[in-house]
Amino acid sequence: MSGTPSTVRTNNRLVKWIDTRLPIFSFMQDAAMDYPEPRNLNYWWNFGSLAGIMLVIMIVTGIFLAMQYTPHVDHAFNSVERLMRDVNYGWLLRYLHMNGASFFFIVVYIHIFRGYYYGSYKEPRELLWMLGVLILLLMMATAFFGYVLPWGQMSYWGATVITNLFTAIPVIGNPIHTWLLGGFAVDNPTLNRFFSLHYLLPFVIAGVVGLHLIALRQHGSNNPLGIAVKGPQDQIPFHPYYTIKDMFGLGVFLIIYAIFVFELPNALGDPQNYIQANPLQTPSEIVPEWYLLPFYAILRSIPDKLIGVLAMFAAIFILFLLPWLDTSRVRSSYFRPIHKWVFWLLVIDVVALGTVGAHRPEGAYIVVGRIATFYYFLHFIVLLPLIGWFERPLPLPESIAAAVTKKSGVPSASAQPGAAE
Amino acid sequence: MMRLATIAALGAALMFSPAAFAQEEIEAPHQDWSFAGVFGTFDRGSLQRGFQVYNEVCSNCHSMKLLHYRDLGPDGPGGGIGFSDAEVAAIAAQKQVEDGPNDQGEMFRRPGKPQDAFVSPFPNEQAARAANGGAAPPDLSVIVKARGKGLEYLWGEGGPDYVYGILNGFTDAPKGFALPQGKMYNTYFPGHAISMPPPLADSTVKFQDGTKATLAQEAHDVATFLTWAAEPYMEDRKQTGAKAILFLLAMTGVLYGAKRKVWKDVH
Repeated sequence: MSGTPSTVRTNNRLVKWIDTRLPIFSFMQDAAMDYPEPRNLNYWWNFGSLAGIMLVIMIVTGIFLAMQYTPHVDHAFNSVERLMRDVNYGWLLRYLHMNGASFFFIVVYIHIFRGYYYGSYKEPRELLWMLGVLILLLMMATAFFGYVLPWGQMSYWGATVITNLFTAIPVIGNPIHTWLLGGFAVDNPTLNRFFSLHYLLPFVIAGVVGLHLIALRQHGSNNPLGIAVKGPQDQIPFHPYYTIKDMFGLGVFLIIYAIFVFELPNALGDPQNYIQANPLQTPSEIVPEWYLLPFYAILRSIPDKLIGVLAMFAAIFILFLLPWLDTSRVRSSYFRPIHKWVFWLLVIDVVALGTVGAHRPEGAYIVVGRIATFYYFLHFIVLLPLIGWFERPLPLPESIAAAVTKKSGVPSASAQPGAAE
Repeated sequence: MMRLATIAALGAALMFSPAAFAQEEIEAPHQDWSFAGVFGTFDRGSLQRGFQVYNEVCSNCHSMKLLHYRDLGPDGPGGGIGFSDAEVAAIAAQKQVEDGPNDQGEMFRRPGKPQDAFVSPFPNEQAARAANGGAAPPDLSVIVKARGKGLEYLWGEGGPDYVYGILNGFTDAPKGFALPQGKMYNTYFPGHAISMPPPLADSTVKFQDGTKATLAQEAHDVATFLTWAAEPYMEDRKQTGAKAILFLLAMTGVLYGAKRKVWKDVH
């Protein structure tokens, strides 16, 4: 037989026969088994694969939910409740999906903060990072559309408030608003298009995740030391080392996820969303889901509506520029004595914004919201470039292998590639 | 249509105006519920008494559109509330259900069947509003999931606490409180001025199982029933969850051991 023979390691002749003609097995062998990873990845590196698994869980549960769901203003609320009552394990499907959205965001936010702390966005991984920010944006849109579908009070009023932001655009704002909604207010046409988009966008996300992975493979994973891989002694194959580490991490994650799904299914939701949407009755407070609260707080902290809307979007879009705002030559905050602490200021700031977003804008919440909004932009636009210039990073280790063996005190023989395989 | 747009715009405006709807709210005191906790189950006696309270008192004004009489029987979600098929058929048969159109094109009334949805007291929301001084009594199907705050809501007990609180919360308005015409004062209702007159008192119902019908007992039982109505699969959910979590703990333990073993020569 001409052409390249199959490189897949198996004695199964059928697998070899297929792989010679359609190399899916050798592709998987390369991508998920032999793929070399830095040997020093810590548990913060688990969240990328967890995010991928959450995307699959959301798509699978979502497809089955869609089979029971009716996208019509008169039936949407009841069709969701009917699913919970009269469909076998419908309650499980719905609570997996509903809480899955929250857990998807938890995982992705941790993934993003990990990337930020270890400088994973720095050259040559700028596009990898930007694709990730794009995924976050798509996730927010998907989550927003999905939250409208059960057609509860918060679905309706959340959709009303968020779509209303477009009217802040001068001159063409109102026509755009009408065009987006398919009418002058959130109504049946809005619900129909949101359902359509909610079903579409996850597959767009899956596509961008594909690009994210291609970009990742081009230069490989960053690592906690932030230094480049210098040779095979710095690496170990993905399987079995990271397959088993990811599986263990997945187990821990699923335990926490299951506690919410089975024991506290409505803890992350809003009671108002168990009241059917009523256009004539505004809830006393309109709040988005928790994962959008920091951005909502930025929106409300600025007294001018248009500037508030721009600031809210800028808060996300500024992340696209992160690779160039951070001027430090050193990737990992592990070796950056100042940035290491400033990182935590940003974490505190985002948590503060989230808290402010959950409360009525009155009293101290207004003050805290404004300070936190100011700091958010100060952090990225002023502090990050300045720290990069003035900070004196600690000396970097020679190589990953050298650092790993020095730390654990094992003789350097164990760091040889032979020992790792 | 334009009216809706105006309301929508108003809603958005409210978002920016602090405290537009600030209301005084007092959280209802926490109660002991049989369904609380990881291994909580519904007290079947309490569920049946609670249904009796709903059926004889609440259902005069409040619909429960998401429930069917069949739900109460052994094949209902979560195993029903302990009634037999015959008992369910008898409960349904006491109701008059509008059906049709028949061969002549006429709507007609017939005795209820188990597969019928709970009969609503009013034909539509406008009728409910008109008969109740302008305030339509809310549907009670998922009311316990739609009420409650704070940690109790997080644990799934805020709703029942609220229902119990409202039913026990009627008092005279404190001095200086301007109670609007036709409203009642209720400690736990947001804003305190509630349209519903006190629905329950001692001995409002006569329990079939001989339990003494105090106000507290009636309120406790009907809150239990409404919790089941909102989450009929709660017992299944919690028990499935306990098994799932136990399995995951064991699996994760094994995986941790495997991870340690695989990584032994790298560290």
